[in-house]
Formats: sequence, structure tokens, C-alpha cells
Amino acid sequence: MRIKLLVLVAALAPAASFAAGGGAHLDPANVDIGNRAALQRGAANFVNYCLGCHSAQYVRYNRMAADIGITEQQLIDNLMFTGQRPHDLMKIGINRDDALRWFGVVPPDLSLIARSRGADYVYTFLRSYYAEPGRPTGVNNLVLPGTAMPHVLWELQGTQDAVWEGHVDAQGNAQKHFKEFQLATPGKLTPEQFDGFVRDTVTFLEYIAEPAQLKRRALGFPVIAFLVFFTLLAYALKKEFWKDVK
Amino acid sequence: MSSTSQTAKAGNGRLGALTAWIDERFPMTALWKSQVAEYYAPKNMNFWYYFGSLALLVMVIQIITGIFLTMNYKPSATEAFSSVEYIMREVEWGWLIRYMHSTGASAFFIVVYLHMFRALLYGSYQKPRELLWIFGMLIYFVLMAEAFFGYLLPWGNMSYWGAQVIVSLFGAIPVVGDSLMEWIRGDFFISDVTLNRFFALHVVAIPLALVFLVIAHLMALHEVGSNNPDGVEIKKVKGPDGIPLDGIAFHPYYTVKDLIGVGVFLILFSLVIFFAPTMGGYFLEYANFEPANPLQTPPHIAPVWYFTPFYAILRAVPSKPLGAALMGLAVMLFVFLPWLDRGKVKSIRYRGPLFKFFLISFAISFVALGYLGLQAPTALFTNLARLFTVVYFAFFLLMPWYSSVDKTKPVPTRVTYHAH
Repeated sequence: MRIKLLVLVAALAPAASFAAGGGAHLDPANVDIGNRAALQRGAANFVNYCLGCHSAQYVRYNRMAADIGITEQQLIDNLMFTGQRPHDLMKIGINRDDALRWFGVVPPDLSLIARSRGADYVYTFLRSYYAEPGRPTGVNNLVLPGTAMPHVLWELQGTQDAVWEGHVDAQGNAQKHFKEFQLATPGKLTPEQFDGFVRDTVTFLEYIAEPAQLKRRALGFPVIAFLVFFTLLAYALKKEFWKDVK
Repeated sequence: MSSTSQTAKAGNGRLGALTAWIDERFPMTALWKSQVAEYYAPKNMNFWYYFGSLALLVMVIQIITGIFLTMNYKPSATEAFSSVEYIMREVEWGWLIRYMHSTGASAFFIVVYLHMFRALLYGSYQKPRELLWIFGMLIYFVLMAEAFFGYLLPWGNMSYWGAQVIVSLFGAIPVVGDSLMEWIRGDFFISDVTLNRFFALHVVAIPLALVFLVIAHLMALHEVGSNNPDGVEIKKVKGPDGIPLDGIAFHPYYTVKDLIGVGVFLILFSLVIFFAPTMGGYFLEYANFEPANPLQTPPHIAPVWYFTPFYAILRAVPSKPLGAALMGLAVMLFVFLPWLDRGKVKSIRYRGPLFKFFLISFAISFVALGYLGLQAPTALFTNLARLFTVVYFAFFLLMPWYSSVDKTKPVPTRVTYHAH
């Protein structure tokens, strides 16, 4: 009995999930992809602030529009700026060589970023820029130190400084730890509004990482209800047949 | 409930005439009778006996979903990753088929590991079931190859580096290692050529071998008859009609019983598919949602969970060739169980304390090694892995000793069964 339990538990219930990578503490994004208003705001944020450099090459405009609950006309009027057609994929015109010259890397496609790194990672990353004058972009990032990506959202967030705490370790070397961010110049949004802005954007990224999840969970309930009914039926059938096994 | 063999009897009417017509040309009714309706299985088979039929179910799920995936998948280094996303987003129900297949891969190993553990519990590999056991082990080896080849196909970054790590194990073989690696990859690194041949092996060669081995496994089973939790040979006590007194017809008794197993399995299977298809990164690894990148490894390379007990053994040994050899041995040793086991009884119910101790230690070490193989190695974890590796091998290598000196209990002549 004990062995049976042990094997079952080990096989069916992995204890912990993998860390999304990076050493920094990640804030919970708490996204709800069932929130259509957040999805629509996130889509607008995405096309305005991300899509200039990052593609979402597996996402089709009109399928996305249908999923987030806007009409094709609303899509064309509000989310499409570069003469693409509604049935096109969300690709961009950035030239590889230009991108390499400007940033040193080609900005990655964002279709799956919320799946490969996790929503919390993206949420924390976008809120963790701080001023560091020596760097080419003038900023650094706590989640991805040395990132080539400039602080695209600085106008909204404002600029913040990182506050460090120092101590001297046993070997006599100075160590510094991140303590907190301090807003140096306020942006157009309050810190609460900015967090909401990023959360909406990450909600959209979470959706485009797996559009099927809108349907998936909803379908799960009737399927499992049927299977429970089927199993009960099978159990009754077995009982009936096995009556004559003595 | 009347006699069950009537199902296949040629009755009157057109259907009966058709059955008779076929039976004169092909042994349809005879096969049905000998393999199903008049195959007598012990009536005391318990929970552990669900996993054979479930393994068959999972194989069918994998083959059918695999066929549909193949219709939209493109085995090319430039298109593979995109074609999987195309299946996930644009193909009608593609996401469901893909999740069934990816979850099915892990489910296959779960049911096969439980099926194998059942054989350890009840001595199902012992005489006269040695060949049945060996066919089963060949199925397991082929399944590992199938999983390994299949894992490269999504062409994610973990696919790429996982294949790189496993292929490089063959490089540990002295003299021929390097040429062997080139031969497997068909290139100097994992490339489009490798992807193409892995695809061919995954969708044609290995499944064919798998199906033939499963048929051989079932034929051997039906030749010797099923073992049971008492480890008693039911064929030794037969009634005047030549039917074992403790045997019941596989159909309908075990077909309806297995249906319950199917139901419970499908509920668990659906919970994963609909609510946790990545299973927290264990069934589908997060790093595999980034396309293969030969220039950048994922932060932490680990094989999928079903290989990690052996991967932990590999990492526990400081020398790579020795580690690879021990890893191979850890997989192969199962084959020799019928000859390592000198026990006079089959079932755990009548074994002595020594066998129980070693079996429980083995089960714990297998699970622990599986866990350790998933973690990034630390000094503590490496030492733990070494400890469990020793326990793992002790189960096999000391078996001739502890199984023969163990104090066993007397085995009854008939199975123990209480009607419900």
C-alpha cells in the first residue's frame, strides 16, 4: 500500500514548478485572460509600444480580434497601422542587419514569451528598469542585467533609480544588494496606473502565447463530467457482470 | 448471466452466415475465442493489473494523434517549430491533438513504470514468463527510443540541447565514439539532417517495431497465462471441463473491469490536457517554447522526467564513460531479473522481509533518482544520487543472495479471492 502511494504520488503530482530563469525575485503578474477589457487594452499597448521592434509572427490579426472581442473594423481602425490586411500575421518590417546595428541583437519574437519565460518574468522585467548613465541606453534592468532593450515605457513610468544596500563579506569584498526602486522623475502614469498598464500588456502576451487556453479550460469541464458519468456506468456494469464470480 | 462464448457463436440469419463464410477462410471466431472470450485469467487480479490494458490504450492514442500531427508537421529545421505553432493555433482542434500526444508521452511512461513495478511485486517475470518479460523490456527500450526521437521534433531549444546531450553519450564509447555520434546525427552537429532521420524513425520505424513487440508480448502472455497477486499458477487446478477453477473469461469479466480503469485514466489524462498541459514544465518544458538555438543553451538542461532516474546515475559518476556504462547497465539489468531472482515464491505476499526491504529501497531510490535528475547538481544532490545509485544496483546485484536466503511464507494452492 505504501509503495503504491509513493509511486503514484511521484508519478502524478510533481511537487514544484520550474523557475522561469534569472536570479531576481519576480512579482506575481496575476493576469486573468478571461478579462476582455484587459485583453483589449493589452492589445492596444502591444501594438503601440512593442510591435515596432518585436513581432508576434504566429498571431493572426483577425483571429486575435475575434478572441479579444472586437470587430474587424475596430481592429483596422485601432490596432493596425502599417497597411497590413486583417488576415495577416503580426510580422514587422524591421531589418535584421539594422536591428543588429542598433541593438546588438535582433529583438525576439514575442508570440511565446509568456510561455517560455512566464508572465511573472515579463511583468517584473518591464517594471524593473533603472537609470544607469554609463550604459548605451542609459538604463539597466534588474531582471535581465545588461539587456539591450531600452526603457521603452519611460514616458509612462518616468525614470527610477535603484537603491542598493552594501555590506562587506567575510573575504573583505564589498557586496551590494538591491533594496528598492525610487521614482526620480514621475511619468504620465502613477505607479499604480503603470502597474495596471504592464499587467494588461502581459495579459495580452499570456493570451497570444496560447490562444487555445480561452477554449481549453471551458471544454475541460463537460469532458470530465462525461468521463465521470462513463466511469460510474462502467463501475455499475462491472458489478453486474462480476456478481457470478464466486 | 449465461455462457459468454455465445457472443462469437455463429447464430442464424445473415450475420451468422457471414460469420461462417469468414470462418471458413480466416480463423475469426477461433481467434476471438482463444484470445478473448475463452482466455481464462485469474479472478483475483487487483489494482495493479489495470496498467497493461492502459498501456495499450495509450499506444492507440499516440498512434492516432501522431497520424493527425504528421498531417500538419514539417520535419525541417526552418519550419518545424513554426509548424508546431501552426498546429497549436490554426489547425482545427490541433491544440487538443498535440496536447493529447505530448501528455500521452508522459502517460505512456507512467503506466509502463507502474506495469513493470507490478511485475516486481508479484514476480511476474519468473518462470514460465521469462520471454513475456523480455518482450516487455524490449517494448520499454523501444519506447525510450521513440520518446527520444520524438522529443527532437518540436525543434525547441530543449529539444535541440537534450538531443545534443543524449547523442554525446555515445561519444563516451571508446574508439568508435566520435564516428558513432556522426553516424547517428548524419552531420557534425544536430541539424536538419538529424531532424529528418529522427522524424522517419519516430513515425515509421520505431512504431512498427513497437506494434510487433506488443503483439509478441500479448501472444506470450496468452500462451503462459496471466500471473496474479498470489503468484499461483491457476492452470494447475482445473475443473472437469478443463477450465482453471480460479480462472474467469477475459471477456466479459476483464473487459468490463478494464473499462473502469480506462474511465479513471481518461479523467486524469483530461485533467492534464485541459487544465495543466505543461504540467508545470514537467510534461512540456518551458525552454522548449523557444526555437532551437545552436548558439545558446537553455539555463538548465534536463531530460524529460521519465529519463531522469538514469540521467541522475550518469551524473553521479565522476567519469563520463563509466557513468554512461552504468546508466546503460541500470536500464539493461531488468532483462536479467528472471535469472537474478532465486526466490521460491513469486508474490510479495509470500516473500520474506529481505526481499520486501530491497524492493521498497529500490522503489524509493528510483523515485529519488528521478527527482535528483531534474535538479541542477549541487554537492549534496550529487552525493545523494551516489547513495541512491548504490541502492538501485544493490537491488539487482544482491538479488541472487537475498532472494534465496529469504524466509518465505507457504503459498496456497488456490488464489485468495473474496467475492464483492
